[in-house]
Amino acid sequence: MTWLMNGLKQVYGLFVEDGALSVAICVWLLIVWFGLPHVVASGTTRPIVLFIGLAVLLVDSVRRGSALKSSSK
Amino acid sequence: MHPETQFWTATLPAFLASTVEFVEALTVVLAVGITRGWRSAIIGAVAAVGMLGLLVLLFGPALARFPIAWLQIAVGWLLILFGMRWLRKAILRAGGAISMHDEMSAFELQKQQLQDATSSNRRGLDVVGFLASFKAVTLEGLEVVFIVIAVGATANALIPASVGAAAAGVLVVAAGIVLQRPLSRVPENSLKLVVGVMLSAFGTFWIGEGLGMKWIGEDVAILGLIVGYLVTSVISIAFSRRVQTSQAAEARVSQT
Repeated sequence: MTWLMNGLKQVYGLFVEDGALSVAICVWLLIVWFGLPHVVASGTTRPIVLFIGLAVLLVDSVRRGSALKSSSK
Repeated sequence: MHPETQFWTATLPAFLASTVEFVEALTVVLAVGITRGWRSAIIGAVAAVGMLGLLVLLFGPALARFPIAWLQIAVGWLLILFGMRWLRKAILRAGGAISMHDEMSAFELQKQQLQDATSSNRRGLDVVGFLASFKAVTLEGLEVVFIVIAVGATANALIPASVGAAAAGVLVVAAGIVLQRPLSRVPENSLKLVVGVMLSAFGTFWIGEGLGMKWIGEDVAILGLIVGYLVTSVISIAFSRRVQTSQAAEARVSQT
């Protein structure tokens, strides 16, 4: 059972390091999937909105990570 | 997809990502070989490669049976999570917020731990050495398997992706045999950043495709996404460095 739990932990660790970033990405992708078609009609604009959202989430995660790391140094 | 496009979207990212992972695995295998003997190190590594190869053979073709849109959404989603994790870490390292991965100190630490460990011999095989080598190659290889399957299945390019990963494996193993020490000069963080950018871009593209979005320029949009993530990374690195500098200055002022 321990090896199974360890294996699952390893697989989880492949995708999640900053939990808040992972949750925010999932929420954003769900918004893009189900909400964006009702707000943005243009099919060519949606990919740009998708990218901008992800880029903002990355910058925010780096901002939090940098502040946290330097305060713990 | 054209063979040329398959090279850029499957072979190259698989090659670069695998190089990073194989360099890390090589460090442990070398430490095992030097401290516990080459037999257990090599058998452990070969057993792990065999198991990982089996995973690709099992899951790779099975994914092709899924409806393409669902496959694009699922793989795109996972690629974004995976790619962003690499990208974030590489940015924080480049920005100085976290320390760089040092292959030489990892090697020395691993050697020390292996020397201290007591072990039993089974049929002339050192169990601790075998397990350490097997575990390291399995863990690092798991990321390679994910990348090969993800970029391979969505672009219908499982073979080009596997070729990229195998080429990286051959290159790193050959370098390890020649040098007999960890490959500490490989610019691991830069590679990680480039791969993180590529995987995030592919993930964004695939999920957009799966959701029926219209990309300007179709496949060429991947290039635009790569540039977009690269610019975001450069801005983030600069931002991270600024945070480090200003907090260091504040600390100096508070000390005086």
